[in-house]
Amino acid sequence: MSVFAFYLFAIGAIAGGFFTVVSRQPVHSVLWLILAFISSAGLFVLLGAEFVAMLLVIVYVGAVMVLFLFVVMMLDVDFAELKAEMAKYMPLAILIGLVILMQFVMAYGAWQSNAAAETLRTQVIPTDRHNTEALGLILYDQYFLLFQLAGLILLVAMIGAIVLTLRHRTDIKRQSPVAQMMRDPAKAMELRDVKPGQGL
Amino acid sequence: MIGLEHYLTVAATLFVIGIFGLFLNRKNVIILLMSLELILLSVNINFVAFSSFLGDLVGQVFTLFVLTVAAAEAAIGLAILVCFFRNRGTIAVEDVNVMKG
Repeated sequence: MSVFAFYLFAIGAIAGGFFTVVSRQPVHSVLWLILAFISSAGLFVLLGAEFVAMLLVIVYVGAVMVLFLFVVMMLDVDFAELKAEMAKYMPLAILIGLVILMQFVMAYGAWQSNAAAETLRTQVIPTDRHNTEALGLILYDQYFLLFQLAGLILLVAMIGAIVLTLRHRTDIKRQSPVAQMMRDPAKAMELRDVKPGQGL
Repeated sequence: MIGLEHYLTVAATLFVIGIFGLFLNRKNVIILLMSLELILLSVNINFVAFSSFLGDLVGQVFTLFVLTVAAAEAAIGLAILVCFFRNRGTIAVEDVNVMKG
């Protein structure tokens, strides 16, 4: 059963990745990438890393991919024109992909696990705790500085994204709350003494 | 039985697909960013696989930080993309040569 699940998720991840890259419509690319992420989350569950799997589904599929989808749908770009030259780059892409694949195969042939790897572990996975609890116990304890730095990175990214995309449009009417609050009857209305039969 | 090698093979395949995508979609920045996400995902699969098979939890902690950096990178990259599109009306990377660097 777990063998079947592994091959299902592995094929899902690889097919998702492949069609992300070759798909003609960017919206389809985003949807294939979502398939790749969900399949990888399945692989993580099979590996016993439930927290990272849920993080992948919630943060990646739920936030980052939706952001991609928004941007793809918001930008009015002629993607067919951009894709037209894909055939031109195909030979180079295949060549570089094959070279990197060969390097992986060579490295993989020479690779073997260190016999002392078991003794070099710093945080042995506890058997009496759930994955999330064990992760929280070391994340908020030993890796607290790194955790806060990760928060700082997200803050900088948030400020950067806002600064980059914020624009003050002058061609639209907008409400000014300060001006509204500073109004008083003396400024807001004027009393005229209208003479009978004359008008203003 | 599924071993470490199977997961490493999946991760390596995803990495190669990501690199392939970087060279295939040279003009389309959105697909470039998605290829980068694929590469980071393959790295995450490696981290979690080693963490699980060696019984060391630190690999999963590192995965969290990789995810953080990837999310920040996607947000900034898309913000730059939107900004560029507003100014130039296109997202072709070949047009990004105004500074003649």
